[in-house]
Amino acid sequence: MSTRTDKIDALAEQAARTDSAGVSVAAAAWRRLRRNPVFLFGAAIVVAFVALALLSPWLAPYDPGERMLGDQVIRARDQIPPPQEGHPLGGDQVGRDLLSRILIGSQQTLMVGVLATLIGFTGGLVLGTLAGALGGWVDTVVMRAVDVMLSIPGLLLAVSIGALFSQPNQFTVILAVAMVQVPIFARLLRGSMLAQRHSDHVLAARALGVRQRAIVFRHMLPNSLGPVIVQSTLVLAISIIDAAALSFLGLGNPDDRIPEWGAMLGEAQKAIDSHPHLAYWPAACIIVVALGFTLMGESLREALDPKSRR
Amino acid sequence: MLRYTIRRLLQLLIVVGVLSLLLFAWLRSLPGGPVSALLGERATAETRARLTEELGLNDPIFVQYIKFVGRALSGDFGVSTGVQPGDPALDIFLQRLPATLELSILAIIIAIAIGIPLGYLAARRRGSVLDNLSVVSSLIGVAVPVFFLAFLLKQVFAVDLGWFPTAGRQEGGIDATRVTGFFVLDGILTQEWDAAWDAFVHLILPAVALASIPFSVVFRITRASVLDVVDEDYIRTAESKGLTTPVIRRRHVLRNAMLPVVTTIGLQTGALLAGAVLTETVFAFPGIGQALAIGFERRDYPVLLLLILCSAGVFVLINLLVDLSYALIDPRIRTRGGGH
Repeated sequence: MSTRTDKIDALAEQAARTDSAGVSVAAAAWRRLRRNPVFLFGAAIVVAFVALALLSPWLAPYDPGERMLGDQVIRARDQIPPPQEGHPLGGDQVGRDLLSRILIGSQQTLMVGVLATLIGFTGGLVLGTLAGALGGWVDTVVMRAVDVMLSIPGLLLAVSIGALFSQPNQFTVILAVAMVQVPIFARLLRGSMLAQRHSDHVLAARALGVRQRAIVFRHMLPNSLGPVIVQSTLVLAISIIDAAALSFLGLGNPDDRIPEWGAMLGEAQKAIDSHPHLAYWPAACIIVVALGFTLMGESLREALDPKSRR
Repeated sequence: MLRYTIRRLLQLLIVVGVLSLLLFAWLRSLPGGPVSALLGERATAETRARLTEELGLNDPIFVQYIKFVGRALSGDFGVSTGVQPGDPALDIFLQRLPATLELSILAIIIAIAIGIPLGYLAARRRGSVLDNLSVVSSLIGVAVPVFFLAFLLKQVFAVDLGWFPTAGRQEGGIDATRVTGFFVLDGILTQEWDAAWDAFVHLILPAVALASIPFSVVFRITRASVLDVVDEDYIRTAESKGLTTPVIRRRHVLRNAMLPVVTTIGLQTGALLAGAVLTETVFAFPGIGQALAIGFERRDYPVLLLLILCSAGVFVLINLLVDLSYALIDPRIRTRGGGH
């Protein structure tokens, strides 16, 4: 347990050190990132993805829930609508326009990623701040709980939580993948807080008579944000992939009127031998988007790492 | 060192104990519940009530838990209701464990055998085509959903090209003698080479799929770690002492760079089981992962409880071993008096 946690702690500590150096870290990091092609490429993918999600209602040619090609679905012969005039990707298992579903699917996929990250972050923030700021027995209790959560491999924990709900829906899926991230964020924030407790800026604030709450929220927390932002970009990608895995294992959102890439991919695995293209499109989208977030996160990590700045 | 080990072992026991309580409560609160699982949804209220009473499900959850622990200590974890109905959960676990171990060992060997040399080379030629290509491929390795990668491998190398079998652990026609339950090892021990080879061939595709994430992580950590080490003062010292490059690389760079890599390998080995749930399902490979996937689908509580508990136990144990080996490799940790 503690090796994994040590890694998270080290990351947090490192960020705290960086910030106490005094120079504007954000500005320095941004200068480096602007010239980094890997970051720019990842950021371009992410921007394109968000733009697609926002603009998809106008881009999608048809209603993604309408079975407009339903008459071309012949169940007995396992036949689905092929690509045709007006439907360049053809239809899905029940005759809905695949292109529209892929385009609109970006919205829910973005939501899964963002909400899961936000929930994971918020949970981690509460636990990590409590532990890091209060210390003592609160710290011990919170961290032991975090350790227990970390003792189950991530995806297995998500699947276990996903199975808790008798009627899974989009939100239970998001909650399941988000819960896995709570202990990681908690560790990260706690480590960062602990590292700052005896740093000069906190001592100075304390000497000036700043109240504990203000120290935590105005001084310690903002200084912990570096590794949290890095972690968030990586978590966004992981959440989208984990949601797809949940769907693959039959624990996803059964309501498929509103498309989501992960659910589309998981669903497509059932008929993958006869219609692999139903899986290829959502899979390609997920891979590109996950790659975008990962490239961004990794180059952010490098930019914020004091070691690589020499 | 001994005190440290004992303390960590105690911690391990506490974690497993707390986890078993949580899992127990969790499984009891799952929709459907064991009664529905045993009787199906259409049973009459009367039969349901009788079975609920017989199974002791009317007792307070804490009493149920104590009884469960008592039975578990004597090896009785209940009977499977969905994965292999009627079989004791412990038997299912023991029967499937060698399959998953075989798969995991091969996967981690693949990840190490490619990840470490590639990471080392990439670091030595930082910025080269090889470096950039392998960094990008490692990032793609993380971005591809494991079950989709498994499917692609199966489609291309098993279905289209026919180089590998599509599913299972061994061809049905092979009459292999079972000794240990590890099919490859059994074949070697009994000198049934065809059986060993066949079992090995069945492992390759699922192991490659399973190795994708550990490979990416091991590669990146090796690369980053070597890059860190070559900048260190003691490397410059070694150079100025006039040591030859191969000696510096072997004795100073590699040895120091391997510390974080060892940790990573341990962590990734523990996490393999999560990936195995997906990979084993795609390849219909009869291991722990497949049992978990079926268990979730059919709400097989006794099997789920045992398997999740064991995988968490293994995960924590591997971490403990990594920490201990770390202390052995790195004298600084030993003298710190063992941990925190």
